[in-house]
Amino acid sequence: MIVVAVTVTVLLAIAGALVLVRIIRGPSILDRAVATDVLLAIVVAAIAMEAAYSRDATALPVLVVLAILGFVGSVSIARFATRKGDQ
Amino acid sequence: MSLDAVLDTVAAGCLVAGAMLCLAAGVALLRFPDLLFRLHAAAKPQVLGLLLVLLGCALRLRNGVDITTLVLIGLFQLASAPVAAHMVGRTAYPHRDIGRDLLITDELAPDWERINANRGVPSPPAQASQGPG
Repeated sequence: MIVVAVTVTVLLAIAGALVLVRIIRGPSILDRAVATDVLLAIVVAAIAMEAAYSRDATALPVLVVLAILGFVGSVSIARFATRKGDQ
Repeated sequence: MSLDAVLDTVAAGCLVAGAMLCLAAGVALLRFPDLLFRLHAAAKPQVLGLLLVLLGCALRLRNGVDITTLVLIGLFQLASAPVAAHMVGRTAYPHRDIGRDLLITDELAPDWERINANRGVPSPPAQASQGPG
């Protein structure tokens, strides 16, 4: 299981770095919103991986909060982003 | 090979597959040219990747309460991810960042004038008062 944990950690770290580059470079605010959603999915995957690795369910409520947070954040950005506000 | 070992192996496969989907989405977000392409790529770890990771987590934990929480997270993500992606795409639609030459079909374009006309007039009484002027 340690091999799997290291593999998943490396994969998620590379994915998070790529998504961070998109968040920094993203031309419009909607690109950044999409990339932030993906980053949140990566964080959820990392926390679930930690719970699976240590067989410890302490962090599972955090996953619920993060899922709700991603939805609310993305929808509110899409709702209030005007076409003149992004560039 | 005992049942525990089989379940652990399946869980490891699910976790690695979910992490690979996250990596694929990261690469796609960096390389795809356009917001709609990136929306397409971003939905993969949000739905399939997350479900795979949650399945792997459930196979490792094997506890009724924890599996209920994981099913709840998966159901909520299945319900909310398409809504969020739709709202982002709908907000981005009349925008110069979307390359029109890359679109195969554009089903919103024929109705776009009518939607804008309806949006410009907030309510029927306002329309009636604007009519004579």
